[in-house]
Amino acid sequence: MIDNWQSLLINSFYFLAAALFILGLKKMSSPVTARGGIVWAGVGMVLATLITFLYPDISNFGLIILAIMIGALPAWWFAKKVAMTDMPQMIAMYNGMGGGAAATIAAVELIRAAGGEHGLSPTVQTLAVLGALIGSVSFSGSIVAFAKLQGLMKSSLIFTNQQFLNLLLFVITLALGAVVIFQGASASTTLIFSFFALALVFGVLMTLPIGGADMPVVISLYNALTGLAVAFEGFVLGNAAMIIAGTVVGAAGTLLTQLMAKAMNRPLSNVLFSGFGAKGGQEATGEDVQGSLKPIDATDAAIMMAYAEQVIIVPGYGLAVAQAQHKIWELTKGLTERGVRVKFAIHPVAGRMPGHMNVLLAEAGVPYDMIYDIEEINAEFEQTDVALVIGANDVVNPVARTDPSSPIYGMPILNADKAKNIVVIKRGRGTGFSGVENYLFYADNTRMLYGDGQKMAAELLQGVKAL
Amino acid sequence: MIEGFIALYIFMLAAFVGYEVISRVPVILHTPLMSGSNFVHGIVLVGAMVALGHADTSLTKTIGFIGVVLATGNAVGGYFVTERMLEMFKSSKGGAK
Repeated sequence: MIDNWQSLLINSFYFLAAALFILGLKKMSSPVTARGGIVWAGVGMVLATLITFLYPDISNFGLIILAIMIGALPAWWFAKKVAMTDMPQMIAMYNGMGGGAAATIAAVELIRAAGGEHGLSPTVQTLAVLGALIGSVSFSGSIVAFAKLQGLMKSSLIFTNQQFLNLLLFVITLALGAVVIFQGASASTTLIFSFFALALVFGVLMTLPIGGADMPVVISLYNALTGLAVAFEGFVLGNAAMIIAGTVVGAAGTLLTQLMAKAMNRPLSNVLFSGFGAKGGQEATGEDVQGSLKPIDATDAAIMMAYAEQVIIVPGYGLAVAQAQHKIWELTKGLTERGVRVKFAIHPVAGRMPGHMNVLLAEAGVPYDMIYDIEEINAEFEQTDVALVIGANDVVNPVARTDPSSPIYGMPILNADKAKNIVVIKRGRGTGFSGVENYLFYADNTRMLYGDGQKMAAELLQGVKAL
Repeated sequence: MIEGFIALYIFMLAAFVGYEVISRVPVILHTPLMSGSNFVHGIVLVGAMVALGHADTSLTKTIGFIGVVLATGNAVGGYFVTERMLEMFKSSKGGAK
């Protein structure tokens, strides 16, 4: 059936592609070589795609090429045009598409098997069904994540017995999948479609109650799930490139998800099933807060910073919303010219995705060696004259250290409160995503600079320049 | 092409590779790396092409067609998003770009 040279050629290309993917990911894990990494992986993808046209026993070449063009053009256009701040939802969207594609592979293979065209062994049938389930959940879940991040869907849907209903739905979906496996060649198309429909609905319902603050973890989880689904469908098709690439992503994505959940000090189960991130703003009471909020104007804050020896800037999601990264970089340059040492401190979960802030700052031109992780910089706050907190909230809330009853207790935070002076740029008096009152804002050495991040950064810059 | 235990061995080894490759990554690269791994599972395109290539009824052709469109979106979109993010990494010492 398979000519030897054909099999050899295809497999050597897949082998090369798999090696390029792994090397590419490896290179992507260091800032110096990262840009080369994606090119390597890209070459691997092109090689694997081209050689697949030589696959034995396939037809519909016209349809394949048409589908590739229809898929490629909008994806290319949006990826090029979308603003850097919207990157998280683009990743969610493209990831969902991959999950959906894995599910369609399963659908085609299962329907063909049910039509008696080719037999699938029970093992392969099981893997196809599992990949279909995971891929479908990743697909519909990622679309919900996209809608939430894009602001198309504001509220989180929470109702009583939600977890029970989700569990019930999940069990029914699994049961239906089991029936598909047992019936094998005699499974009806209707049965297969019902299974897919339930899996898609489950993905939506599972993601709906999860709040915006938890989306990074969710996207990362779905990324890992899509990888796994791709690996399973790779088993079904006997395609080593898919098995390797899918599994590598599945493992890497799982680790990344754990790192993120750990940074938030919440077990993954808590993120997925508690609806915690959704309650934003509702729990805010602030009854027992000591002290008061002390406003400052931009000119005074600018003087404070201009005469400082060291300033640490703590950016949060508010910076992304206000698109303030460019102005902040100008401010940084202004301060550096005056001899002030400026550093950026990034909390692992600042923004919407791990590393989101780094990407935004990099976009503005901030060199990555001015940007520090929580472990690297936390000890330095004590020798810092001014900590400028811009659009960050929960990640600098000292309550995480002191109050065991707080929902964010135990989360590692940036020790901005230990700096000699703290300036907080903030639009209003609202709380962070956790809905917990921030005691830092009430501290004696904290001054509040109310206003839009970009506008305030511009005013600070003017203030510094005027000196 | 690949069967049984060989596939299982590949699965296990690849899982270790994935874990190792990412375990020493600085936080700064988490988002680009997530994006990069998102691109890598765009290899699903290869499978989608084979599935569509196998399709012979209008139903399976339609599903397979959707699959290839989605998979291409994953691969192409994933690539350019990652590339855009990574392009912005440069050192103040004036190394790259």
